[in-house]
Amino acid sequence: MSSLQLHFDVDGEDFTRAGEASGSIKRTLKELGLTPDIIRNVAISVYEGEINMVIHANGGMIDCEVLPDVINVLLRDSGPGIADISLAMQEGYSTAPDNVRDLGFGAGMGLPNIKKYTDEMEIYSTPGVGTTIRLKVYIK
Amino acid sequence: MKLIDLVKVLDAQIIYGHEFLDREVLSACGSDMMSDVLAFVKGQAVLLTGLVNSQVVRTAEMVDMNCIVFVRGKVPDEGIIELAKSCEIVLMRTEMEMFTSCGLLYSKGLRGGSGK
Ligand SMILES: Nc1ncnc2c1ncn2[C@@H]1O[C@H](COP(=O)(O)OP(=O)(O)OP(=O)(O)O)[C@@H](O)[C@H]1O
Ligand SMILES: [Mg+2]
Repeated sequence: MSSLQLHFDVDGEDFTRAGEASGSIKRTLKELGLTPDIIRNVAISVYEGEINMVIHANGGMIDCEVLPDVINVLLRDSGPGIADISLAMQEGYSTAPDNVRDLGFGAGMGLPNIKKYTDEMEIYSTPGVGTTIRLKVYIK
Repeated sequence: MKLIDLVKVLDAQIIYGHEFLDREVLSACGSDMMSDVLAFVKGQAVLLTGLVNSQVVRTAEMVDMNCIVFVRGKVPDEGIIELAKSCEIVLMRTEMEMFTSCGLLYSKGLRGGSGK
């Protein structure tokens, strides 16, 4: 298997369409014949990131690169940024308003969940500038 | 238990997926919080929920669930149904509320997950 690159623009205005990029990545990984565990780990992580982009950052971009031994994901947005990353990484910490909770999100589980399902996770964020998250899931 | 048994126990109406009703399911999860489903579901095939939006289907898709039951008579719109079709996730609805639905399924042998 050689390398494969996927790019998606995530619309921040349309909650209904959130998850399209993750769904598409999941389908591609399935077609490539990767194991269900790897597919699931990537799908959940990208989806959490995609939902965060829509509910916290007014959209963004997702790049996914599949190499023979690793899947790299880059999530970028130009939203409000995260002032305290270690706080945001704690289970249960959420700034989501009630209307987001009514949609079934905002439990403060997304970022810890990404950490749990990936082999490597790095977050860079500058308040007022945006947030970038890099993920790696190894193909064992 | 097969999905067809779920239909009987919950007196449910099938919205999509008649052709998949012989799927065998062992465990289920009941939640209106998709955040929790994403964080805690491992291996449960059925999602019972009172929440109705497209992210319910997306969430089920990401965690490899193959059936969604909308409780309390909730009705999904056409967009939600189309999304479920594209990932072959069975949709059904029951007039029963969440507690009753889960209790009945549990009494018939369906189990929850192992948690974390
Ligand atoms: N892309 C982002 N831009 C700005 N802030 C973010 C972004 N992603 C996360 N955050 C901040 O970090 C907090 C924690 O994020 P996390 O995904 O863990 O929880 P949540 O999105 O609030 O709820 P859940 O993921 O359980 O639905 C958010 O409430 C928000 O304040
Ligand atoms: Mg989140």
